[in-house]
Amino acid sequence: MDIDLITNILFATFKTGTPLILIALGEMVCEKSGVLNLGQEGMLLVGAVVGFIAASVTGNYFLATFCAIFAGMGMAFLFGYLSITLASNQVATGLALTIFGGGLSAFLGTNYIGIGLEGIQVWSVPLLSDIPVIGKVLFQHDPLVYLTLALFALVFWVFRSTRLGLKIRAVGENPEAANAIGINVQQIRFMAVLFGGAMTGLAGAYLSLVYTPMWSDGMSAGRGWIALSLVVFASWKAERILLGAYLFGFASILHLVLQGTRFEVPPNIMAMLPYAATIIVLVWLSSDAIKTKMSAPKSIGQPYRPLA
Amino acid sequence: MPAQESTMRLHLSGIRKEYPGCLANDDIELLVNAGETHALLGENGAGKSTLMKIIYGVIKPDAGKIVWQGEAIQMNGPAHARQLGIGMVFQHFSLFETLTVAENIALSLPADESRDMEALSERIREISTHYGMALDPDRHVHTLSVGAQQRVEIVRCLLQDIKLLILDEPTSVLTPQEVRELFRTLKTLAAEGCSILFISHKLDEVTELCNAATVLRNGRVTGRCNPQEVSSEDLARMMVGEDTPLNQNYQKAEGGETALSLNNLSFTPEDPFGVTLNNLNLKVKAGEILGIAGVAGNGQDELCALLSGEETTSPESIELLGQNIGAMSPDQRRRLGFAFVPEERLGRGAVPNMSLVENTLLSSSHRDLKANGWINYRKVREFARDIIEKYNVKCANEYAQAKSLSGGNLQKFIIGREIEQQPKLLVCSHPTWGVDIGAAILIRHALIQLRDEGAAIIVVSEDIDELYQISDRIGAICDGQLSPVKPTQDVGIETLGQWMAGQFGHDSANPSSLESAHA
Repeated sequence: MDIDLITNILFATFKTGTPLILIALGEMVCEKSGVLNLGQEGMLLVGAVVGFIAASVTGNYFLATFCAIFAGMGMAFLFGYLSITLASNQVATGLALTIFGGGLSAFLGTNYIGIGLEGIQVWSVPLLSDIPVIGKVLFQHDPLVYLTLALFALVFWVFRSTRLGLKIRAVGENPEAANAIGINVQQIRFMAVLFGGAMTGLAGAYLSLVYTPMWSDGMSAGRGWIALSLVVFASWKAERILLGAYLFGFASILHLVLQGTRFEVPPNIMAMLPYAATIIVLVWLSSDAIKTKMSAPKSIGQPYRPLA
Repeated sequence: MPAQESTMRLHLSGIRKEYPGCLANDDIELLVNAGETHALLGENGAGKSTLMKIIYGVIKPDAGKIVWQGEAIQMNGPAHARQLGIGMVFQHFSLFETLTVAENIALSLPADESRDMEALSERIREISTHYGMALDPDRHVHTLSVGAQQRVEIVRCLLQDIKLLILDEPTSVLTPQEVRELFRTLKTLAAEGCSILFISHKLDEVTELCNAATVLRNGRVTGRCNPQEVSSEDLARMMVGEDTPLNQNYQKAEGGETALSLNNLSFTPEDPFGVTLNNLNLKVKAGEILGIAGVAGNGQDELCALLSGEETTSPESIELLGQNIGAMSPDQRRRLGFAFVPEERLGRGAVPNMSLVENTLLSSSHRDLKANGWINYRKVREFARDIIEKYNVKCANEYAQAKSLSGGNLQKFIIGREIEQQPKLLVCSHPTWGVDIGAAILIRHALIQLRDEGAAIIVVSEDIDELYQISDRIGAICDGQLSPVKPTQDVGIETLGQWMAGQFGHDSANPSSLESAHA
């Protein structure tokens, strides 16, 4: 393999991992607060179609990205109202959201199938992007790749050293106790769900405006579910989500590349590679049962209602 | 009365709170002065907890007036209460196990005081030293003993400018030594002018600590007194009413043949927070009650699970009436004459959503209640009715859901269900935990009667008074190891406390000499 191929693989790794990181980080915050939102796939599709429509109509990608974020938050609001305010079953509500999002996005996007867009352009970092290999791999991306890394840093910092992070963890571990020391459980949970919606909406915009600048039904291709399992396998740790998502991205690119070479491996086995590699590495990382138990939100999936 | 106003810290009047089908508080008046240690006494279901939660703002009263330091107020939730200087230590701690001590405390402080974690840790050390409560701010809460967790709760309250500290049955989870330390802390606090509201149904503690008391029964105030001036008997009378017999002394029994023996029983649980049992050896005789003391979380749960068959082990490490039962399922063991009363009533002792009739069937399926694979519901119903009548279980009827019963009544039902199967070995975990005096007396009486009929009984409990009262022999469990087991009258409270703290190596040779040295 020559150096160009390696550069290209690594470059594509970042692009493939980015939407997974966005969705998984959003879901992680949500789950840390004790809410299990299985509606990622639906929110993702709605974010993608709304972003695409906005970009087609206005031609303004900045505006379109915000539209996608708000669409994701709108879906999350619906979920939050049902599962937090009305304390409905989180699993059922999340699944309903996924089905609803699939249908809604197909309906909205009917007239936009087959249209191509230019997509958000690469924004090279001055000077740094001229470094050989590293410049291409790290500094010749679209703005959303950099934004994703910034958002990762933000989430990491919030949980590592802020009071807000403590509050979210407290609410997710023991909502009754959190309420007893005066934390507004419903409010924290709602904010976490909305954040998850915003992140997933942004990931939707990334899919329909950057990754493949077009709209087709069900274009999320199960990324919402992958991100969901990534959160669990990463034991609710932001740095492991980053690692797992890039690993997944790397393996999925690698299997495409290997198919073009003389390796005599059945393609179906190769197609398993990203899933298997990610699971094996993350399971190995989280083999310490006590540490994993420490970071898992204890009250996840349980609706909470303050006493009257 | 301006003079009286100035010393008055909290004055509740006409407090009323009604839940569907239950009047929890009715026209309650409570007056707590500055620097006073005030006991709130009452049986389970008397309305103590409801009243506490009203003071702490967790629930809103339907009617009534709250006057705080001479000013009528509307309580808007726990945050408001803490702002006013009211702190509360709950019976079930409101701590976050995956956070450190300092993080737990930071969460309950205003944002500007918790920003600098270094300074906060320093303050925690200072305050905990001042009040004689050792605490390491950097430890994770799940690694702390129950006593230490309670200290975290108290220090959390003390970090704010505290004027009233509410403690809900604080001693129920502590060793005798820890209780003494807690009382020392509380006395220091009271001397500094902080008012303390102490909820309990242990009368000797109230007598030792408190200089005022309000007694509740069935949601109403039934008496006010100074516990220093009245006898424990009188206090108990106010709590339970006129017609319940109080303290009883039971004859100690010798026991006969060995019914159960544990032979080098060891166990490593799958749960990472579980306790590993280490080489336990124990013999229980037919016709005796063996009490196992210990602070919660020292291996009691694991031991009970192994005895009941929820966990299995090598066959020969548990021997019941000459049979190796270590690998048997719970049902097989019950067929041999085993019965079990678990600590959790709802979920393990009874299925919450099922009726008492159905719950009766749960642990009696091997009895004569079915024929040819069909359940004989008439017999089951009769059996359930018998239990309800004999054990004075208060419920709508035998079709009431288990979860609709109060804790004490459900416990009477479960104990009755197990005892009525006439077991050869009964294992009871915390038989009277959170049960009021009347029901506790009934339960203990039933246990003694079963013993006199020749059954072997193991009682695992944190209530030391109870163990002394009913056990014929007593031991303690600490960190998965069993202390020596001795006849109850030969084990002083000091020795038992040491056993509960894990010091049972050196004094096992002659515990009575140690006792006399202390006396």
